[in-house]
Amino acid sequence: MPMTGAEILLACLRCEGVTHIFGYPGGAVLPIYDAIFDCKDIKHILVRHEQGAAHMADGFARSTGKVGVCLATSGPGATNLVTGIATAYMDSIPMVAITGQVRTSALGKDAFQEADITGITMPITKHNMLVKRVEDLPKAVAEAFYIARTGRPGPTLVDVPLDVSKAEMEFDPEKDYPRQVSIPSYRPAGPGNRVPELQVRKAANLIADAKRPVLYVGGGAIASGAQTEVTSLAEKTNILVTTTLLGKGAIDECHPLSIGMLGMHGTAYANHAVNNCDLLIAVGARFDDRVTGNVEKFATGASIIHIDIDPAEIGKVIQPDVPIVGDVKAILSELVKIVEARKATDWNDQILDWKARFPLVYPNDGKLYAEYAIELVNEVFDHDAIMATDVGQHQMWAAQYFKCNRPRQWVTSGGLGTMGFGLPAAIGAQFANPDKRVICLSGDGSFQMCTQELMTATVYGIPVITIIVNNRSLGMVRQWQEMFYDERYSAVDLQASPDFVKLTEAYGGVGIRVEKRDDLRAALEKAKLIKDRPVVIDCVIPTSVNVYPMIPSGQSVDEMLVRQDLEQVIASVHADADGWSFSDEDRVLEKYIEVVNSTPGNTK
Amino acid sequence: MTNTIVAQLQQQHTITVLVENNPGVLARVAGLFARRGFNIESLAVSVSDRPEISRMTIVVNGDLRVLEQITKQLNKLVEVIKVVDYAETAAIERELALIKVNAEAHHRGEIMQIVEIFRGRIIDMSEKTFVIEVTGSTDKLDKIIHLLDAYGIREMVRTGIIAMARGARTAARAGRDSD
Repeated sequence: MPMTGAEILLACLRCEGVTHIFGYPGGAVLPIYDAIFDCKDIKHILVRHEQGAAHMADGFARSTGKVGVCLATSGPGATNLVTGIATAYMDSIPMVAITGQVRTSALGKDAFQEADITGITMPITKHNMLVKRVEDLPKAVAEAFYIARTGRPGPTLVDVPLDVSKAEMEFDPEKDYPRQVSIPSYRPAGPGNRVPELQVRKAANLIADAKRPVLYVGGGAIASGAQTEVTSLAEKTNILVTTTLLGKGAIDECHPLSIGMLGMHGTAYANHAVNNCDLLIAVGARFDDRVTGNVEKFATGASIIHIDIDPAEIGKVIQPDVPIVGDVKAILSELVKIVEARKATDWNDQILDWKARFPLVYPNDGKLYAEYAIELVNEVFDHDAIMATDVGQHQMWAAQYFKCNRPRQWVTSGGLGTMGFGLPAAIGAQFANPDKRVICLSGDGSFQMCTQELMTATVYGIPVITIIVNNRSLGMVRQWQEMFYDERYSAVDLQASPDFVKLTEAYGGVGIRVEKRDDLRAALEKAKLIKDRPVVIDCVIPTSVNVYPMIPSGQSVDEMLVRQDLEQVIASVHADADGWSFSDEDRVLEKYIEVVNSTPGNTK
Repeated sequence: MTNTIVAQLQQQHTITVLVENNPGVLARVAGLFARRGFNIESLAVSVSDRPEISRMTIVVNGDLRVLEQITKQLNKLVEVIKVVDYAETAAIERELALIKVNAEAHHRGEIMQIVEIFRGRIIDMSEKTFVIEVTGSTDKLDKIIHLLDAYGIREMVRTGIIAMARGARTAARAGRDSD
C-alpha cells in the first residue's frame, strides 16, 4: 500500500518503540501532523514553545535511558529546538529531533520559514541529515535512532522537507524498515565489544598497589547502567566514591562509601580526597573544568585510570596512566572480578575525618533556606522522587543535598548549564514515569525562562511539583559579583517578577507561597496529594546567601572558600598545625544544621 | 619537557581523511577544525578511487597531543571513514602551483632557465607575463617562488599538499588496528 512520507515517518517511529513525541506544528510539518491526527499508539504532546519540546524529550530520555523524540516545523520552529539539542549534546543524552523543512525545490532560496538547520546543528548533534527523497526516509530515521543511542549517546536531527513528507511510496514497516543498521564509517564501542583485558589487568594492579585511591564517577556510568558495578567495585575494594554532577545516582548517595559530588561546589571532603589521592579512577567522566579547576594542580600526585566509551575523551584534558576505552558496565564488571579485595584503610578514615570536619552545613537560624527545602523533599518523598533542576545556586544546592539512591533519578543540565531546562525536563520525566513523583527545583530566574510549559502540564494533567527557591535575584551571578566583582551587582535584581502563585493559578495549576520555614512541610504534604495538575511552591529565601564550599573558577582545592564562621574555625585549626583537633566543632555546628547521610529507608 | 623537545613536537602533520562523499561533509570537517581550535595549514579535497568516497589531505599544525585529538575527533564524525597520519609512514607529498610572473623580454631567458631547473612548465604567456605550472614538495615550490619573486609575481595559486603512502599500502588499509 502506498504511504506518504509523513505516514512512513510515524511508522518508522513506531518500529523504534517511540511512545511520546513532544512537538509543535507549523507549515512545513502539516503532512506529519495530518498523519499524527490518525495515530493512536504514539502520544503527541503539544508544548507551548519548541524549546520546551526539546527539553521534555531530554527529560524523558534522562529519566529512562530511552531515546527522546521532539518535532518542530522549519525555520523558527527548528531554531527554537537548538538550545535543547545543545543541552542534550553536552550531556550525551540520546534524542532524535525531527524538523520540517521547506520543499526541496525551494531549498537555498531563502524561502518562507527556511533555516539551514542541519548546518546550524552540525556542532551540537552527533549527526544530522537532510532527507531529500522519500526513499531515503526509513534509512535516515533508523540511522538517527541507532547513532543517538549507541556508543557515547547524543542527539541526532532528521530534517524532512515538505514535499518529502507528502510524497508517496510503497512501504511495509514489517519488512521495509531497516531494523539492523550498519554504517561502515561509524563503529562505536559498546557492551558487545571485547573488554581490553590487558588494560583492565593493569588497572587492577594499580588499584592493588594504591595507598590512597578514589573513584571519580561521571554520567557515563549512568548512561551504561553501571550502578551495580560501581557499587560492587567500591564495596570490594573499600574505595570511596565521588560523583560528578551528572554521575549522581551511580552509587546510592546514602551508601557509606559515597562522598558526594566533587568540583567547584562539591563537598570539601570529596575535593580533599581527590587532591590527596595517589590513584584516581575516572569512570565515564571527562575531567570537565568545573571538576578540575586548574588542571595543573588537579590530583597532582595521582596515577590515573580513565575508563570511557569515547576514545576522544582519553587524553583530551589529562593524560591517563591506564586508559580503557569501552562500555563502562562491561569493563567494571570485568574489573570487579579480578581486582583484589581491600580492607578499609587509614585513607578511608582520613576522608571520613575530613567529612566530619568540613561537613555540608547551612544556618540553623529558623529562616527558610533552599537546603532545608531539598532535605524535606528527600524526607517527604521517601527518597523516591525524580529531581529535575534548573541552573544556578539552587542546582548546586540540590547537587549537594538531594540524595539519589538510584540512577536516572536526577535530571539536570550539566555541560551546557541551560536555565529554563528544569520545568520542561520534569514534565518529560513525568510522562515517562507516571508512577513516580517528579520535583522541579528552580530559581526565580530560571523558572521564568520556560514558564509557559506550565500550561502543557495542566493540559495533560502532569502533577510536577516545582519548588522555586526565590531569592529575588539571579543568585549565582550575584554570588560571583559579590565575591569577584567587588559587590557591584549588575543586572541581577529580579525584585520585579510576577506573583508566581497567581501566575500558576492563571495556568490552571496550584500555587502555594511559603515564607516561613515551618510552613514548608505542610506545603509539600499538600502538593503530594495533588495528582492531576502542576503545583508551584514559591519559597521565599534570603537574597544574600551563597553556595559553599566553592573553588573559584580555574583555581584549586587550596583556594576553596567555605562558610565564613566555618572558615574561621578551620583557619584556627590550620594555625594549630600539628593539632588537627577540632575542639571547636560543636560550637560551630550548633549554629548549623549538618546533613546526615543516612535515611530510615536505606537498607544498605 | 625541554624547549627543544617541545620544538620538535610542534610541527606540521599531513593527514589523509577518507570521507563519505555526501553533501555537507566538508562543512563538518572544516567546522570541527574551527570550533576545536585546530589550525589548518592547507586542505585539498577530491574524489578517490571509489566514487562514493572523497579524499581529503589536510596539513595541520600542532604537537602530538593536538594531532591525537584531531584524529580522534575526526573519527567521531559519522561520515569519516578513515584518518591516516603520515608521520610514521613513508609518504609522497606533492603540491601544484600556478604562478603568473612578470616576464619582460630581457628576462624571459633567465626565467625559462629557472623553470627548466625546477622541472616546471610555462603554460601561458603574454607580452609581459608567463604563467608557470610547477609541481613538487612544498619546499621546492617555496624555492621557485622565492626565485621568481625577483621578477615580480602578479598572481599565484597553490593546491595545498596531496599525499599518498609509498609502496603497496593504501590509506584505506593503513593502520587497521589503530582505530
